[in-house]
Amino acid sequence: MPVDTATVKRVARLARIAVSDEEAETLRGSLNEILGFVEHLNEVNVEGIEPMNSVLPMPMKKRRDEVTEGFRADDIVANAPVHDDGFFVVPKVVE
Amino acid sequence: MADSELTGLTLAEAQAGLGTRAFSATELTEAYLDAIEAAKTLNSFIVVTAGRARAMAAQADQRIADGNARPLEGIPIGIKDLFCTEGVNSQAASHILDGFKPHYESTVTANLWAAGAVMLGKLNMDEFAMGSSTETSYYGPTINPWRAEGSGAKLVPGGSSGGSATAVAARLCAGATATDTGGSIRQPAAFTGTVGIKPTYGRCSRWGVIAFASSLDQAGPVARTVRDAAILLRSMAGHDAKDTTSANRSVPDYAMSVDKGVQGLKIGIPREYRIDDMPPEIDALWRDGQAWLKDAGAEFVDISLPHTKYALPAYYIVAPAEASSNLARYDGVRYGLRAEGSDVTSMYENSRAAGFGQEVKRRILIGTYVLSAGYYDAYYLRAQKVRTLIKRDFEQAFAAGVDVILTPVTPSAAFEIGAKTKASPIEMYLNDIFTVPANMAGLPGISVPAGTDGRGLPLGLQLIGPAFDEETLFAAGQVIEKAAGTLTPRRWW
Repeated sequence: MPVDTATVKRVARLARIAVSDEEAETLRGSLNEILGFVEHLNEVNVEGIEPMNSVLPMPMKKRRDEVTEGFRADDIVANAPVHDDGFFVVPKVVE
Repeated sequence: MADSELTGLTLAEAQAGLGTRAFSATELTEAYLDAIEAAKTLNSFIVVTAGRARAMAAQADQRIADGNARPLEGIPIGIKDLFCTEGVNSQAASHILDGFKPHYESTVTANLWAAGAVMLGKLNMDEFAMGSSTETSYYGPTINPWRAEGSGAKLVPGGSSGGSATAVAARLCAGATATDTGGSIRQPAAFTGTVGIKPTYGRCSRWGVIAFASSLDQAGPVARTVRDAAILLRSMAGHDAKDTTSANRSVPDYAMSVDKGVQGLKIGIPREYRIDDMPPEIDALWRDGQAWLKDAGAEFVDISLPHTKYALPAYYIVAPAEASSNLARYDGVRYGLRAEGSDVTSMYENSRAAGFGQEVKRRILIGTYVLSAGYYDAYYLRAQKVRTLIKRDFEQAFAAGVDVILTPVTPSAAFEIGAKTKASPIEMYLNDIFTVPANMAGLPGISVPAGTDGRGLPLGLQLIGPAFDEETLFAAGQVIEKAAGTLTPRRWW
């Protein structure tokens, strides 16, 4: 099912990517080509087939719920565009 | 020894020379640093860590002198920009990771340094490993060291690990790390006349490798010979508690399997890989490969992998879906680029609009769409079911006694820069038609140079094996390499 420009803009909003009208139009074309290509999957009978949930059969690894590496706030914020006193700084969220 | 003699050595030969003190790790490293400097036009290295390389080489020389050499002591290698390297820019060739210097080291690179390897720098790639030509890099395309006979046209090295493949082919490093989500190790290896192996999913830790599609991503080496690839993989692979999908199995000494031969091996030829418009030279190459392996004692059997043609469409649902989730973290808050906005949402939207390139945006949007309410079952769930069928095809072939499967790597040799960027995205995606199925099934695949096309450009053959049987791939790959010989580009840069 092809997408229209309004859908492209809605999906871009969900993905948090600003797109201009012109860009949305270009994206609409290429997204529809990709969606058309993946339509081939509708030819496959998947009745009773389990979806792949794990690439190789292996039990999910578990570990104790404890701190393994902690107290590294300085390392964690070191690459932030704006940080202050161990906190990430973002534009005001609540007035 | 002259610089070009040093850089002309394979990794195994360099190991031998270091061992007999024919030259030092420092001399070897300096030779490679000079070669990198002289090959800027290829745009394969985007960061050169000369200072670190010299320090590591000096340490290697000390250890060799002390009789404490480790498996890769003093071997200079390049690292794909997708691997986080402590204190060194790691940006996945994306604008959105501008200036990102991790405070940690990926497990694979940490393993290599612990084995004594010397880091030369970071290698160019398609942005976030999304591409088949290394043209989507924020740092501009990497140029293939190969050119068609009688032509000066610039060719792509394939992708996404085009920087790795180019650096190895052009003798700018003794080997390189790479990653493969849909063919990103094997396709560039085929385009540059190098050897590339995508190991079994779980063989190498994904920890510290910038994520693209987590159920498909796998790290592996690009090298000049099958033996070199085997030597590198042994040091890269291994269990890692920090990656929940990392396999808890011991790592064989892969170099020991290189000369095992293929006597009595049963090799499958999947009929579905004979695509309609297969160029005659690819078909001829495939037949050559069969003849060489047969001469070495292998047996051939025709097999069917009926869901092959659905691997690529299913991939273009699964990979973008996982990418849209993995790339949600680039929000202008924690690292990389921030573009201002009037509120926090517009800051996110503007940062991501400015930081991601066209191909990455396209895939994030496809992924967001196929995961969105009302479409999940029709697209993502169906694709995951098809994936089960693709994997089952391979399992049935192996259960019927096939040891390894032989196919071409790509439907063509390297193409010109810009040739496929303007057309439909599908045209670029079709490059991975023979490589994607192994990722979808989690199986190991190796690309080995097997000859050249009519214009003298390298072509590769692929071997796909059962999970965790990389050893058979090395053994069979060696037979192809021995028959076809190694390929070296004529230097023009």
